[in-house]
Amino acid sequence: MNRASLIFAALLVVLVPLSLLAGRVWIDPATTSNAALILMELRLPRAVLAIVIGAGLGAAGAAMQGYLRNPLADPGLFGIAPMAALGAVASFWIGAAWAVPAFALSGAALGMIMLALIAGRTPSGAGGGIALFTLAGLMIASLAGALTAFAITMAPSAFAMSQIVMWLNGALTDRSWAEVWIAAPLTLAGIAVLFVAARSLDALTLGEDAARSLGINPSRLLWLLVIGVGLTVGSGVAVAGIIGFVGLIVPHLVRPLTDRLPSSLLLPSALAGACLVLAADSAVRVLPFVTELRLGIALSLIGAPFFLWLLLRMRGGRL
Amino acid sequence: MEKAASETMLSCKDLSIQRGRQLALAGVSASLKPGQITAIVGPNGAGKSTLLMGLAGLLAPTAGSVSLGDENMAAMPTGERAKRLGYLPQAAEIAWDVAVENLVALGRMPHRDRRSEPVEAAIKVMDIGALRSRPASRLSGGEKSRTLLARVLAGEPHWILADEPLAALDLGHQITLVEHLKACAAQGVGVVIVLHDLAMAMNHADNVLVLREGRLVANGPPATALSQEVIANGWGVDAVWLGNTGRQALVANGRD
Repeated sequence: MNRASLIFAALLVVLVPLSLLAGRVWIDPATTSNAALILMELRLPRAVLAIVIGAGLGAAGAAMQGYLRNPLADPGLFGIAPMAALGAVASFWIGAAWAVPAFALSGAALGMIMLALIAGRTPSGAGGGIALFTLAGLMIASLAGALTAFAITMAPSAFAMSQIVMWLNGALTDRSWAEVWIAAPLTLAGIAVLFVAARSLDALTLGEDAARSLGINPSRLLWLLVIGVGLTVGSGVAVAGIIGFVGLIVPHLVRPLTDRLPSSLLLPSALAGACLVLAADSAVRVLPFVTELRLGIALSLIGAPFFLWLLLRMRGGRL
Repeated sequence: MEKAASETMLSCKDLSIQRGRQLALAGVSASLKPGQITAIVGPNGAGKSTLLMGLAGLLAPTAGSVSLGDENMAAMPTGERAKRLGYLPQAAEIAWDVAVENLVALGRMPHRDRRSEPVEAAIKVMDIGALRSRPASRLSGGEKSRTLLARVLAGEPHWILADEPLAALDLGHQITLVEHLKACAAQGVGVVIVLHDLAMAMNHADNVLVLREGRLVANGPPATALSQEVIANGWGVDAVWLGNTGRQALVANGRD
């Protein structure tokens, strides 16, 4: 465990009890009636889900940035989560809501394959490669978004339409242990697959030819990424909709605390992603709005300015 | 550096390699000896980098074969190839702002260990000890080249295949690097480098391969492979060698 992992693990230990007590109703375990019930059946599954989804998005973002050698890569921004959402919406549409996780996972994996195919055809490294590739990711995202919007307008009923839209915005409201049991094993498996790829991602720092000369098998690495990112992002989208920008922000927060090799980034990014989503989800519960601010919207409100700031820093050559 | 690295030859037979729609290399046959410096030279687009990558096992032959000793490169396990052949690409790519010593340590990857002695030896030889904790973004072009070559040396390969390793170096570091490659060769390591500077090839290589339009047009000791006629045919330049053996300079009189 490196320094960054210890810092974020410690932060998580502090955040968990806080998030359990925080909410529209602050819980005082000694006096609140039904405290145990609220904690066990509402707050705890929601906190565990926030940790699981955040960890998955953080690790997926770190792995994608390493694989694409692009500090702007993010599962949401580059179309992986929107493709997962498209898959999920498709399953609603054909009336197979029980198959949402499988469809979301397949959508995410397909998005990662499309991205990797484009990556294989563009020059890597700084300069034109990153710009071209970022645009390609944004195009996958907007294509998936357009198809999703098309599916919504064609939705069989107004109720189904509003269900899909609310779900797409990304939230952890009213989630139970059932969602935890779907997302947690799949996300953990995905993170484990990404860990298998970690050292190969380090070699990729030197470019693909040098990595291959060091014995890295590019197609094996691609499949590890497709499966790892597909599992983590797909399972997250399946239970909570699109929660964007976590995979972008988290590796940047973590990177200065490490030696900057992709393998050193994975564990602390998972922990920091868990902290970020848990903190953000607690914050949206506490903020005094008429209805609860959707988590996905809140993170986009933080994430979009952050992305702009990153772009300005890159222009200054300081990334 | 590992002593008596290898007695086996690195050779290609009728090697053709297609890149995109173009046949970048057409029927090249050559045998390279360990313990020597072999320079690959030729005008732009002659297929030098393609031949080097083919010899490194990184481009699959369209026709013909590459072998290390009696082993066919195409059948060799990736990990085994990575241990024996160190390859330095032309583009000095470093994606993340990683410190010099961590970059050099990546060279141990084929061995799946993190032994520090070979890494330290490579850092010492490339004279980058003072830069060890400096991040890549704050290295000059020459410092970057030396760091990346140190990465190759840290893997203790039996063969070093480097694509224009001198390109970004100042004269002093060019000489140091060539001296070091000679020292590697003296210990039995096979050194194959793509060069643009014909005088470097003339004065320091043991063997020179001259490529033109994907074909091998000369192969032999520098004095014959880089004769006035070969240069006139290969580069279309009328040039003469001045000076004594081992310290010659090429003076171009103009295009033929």
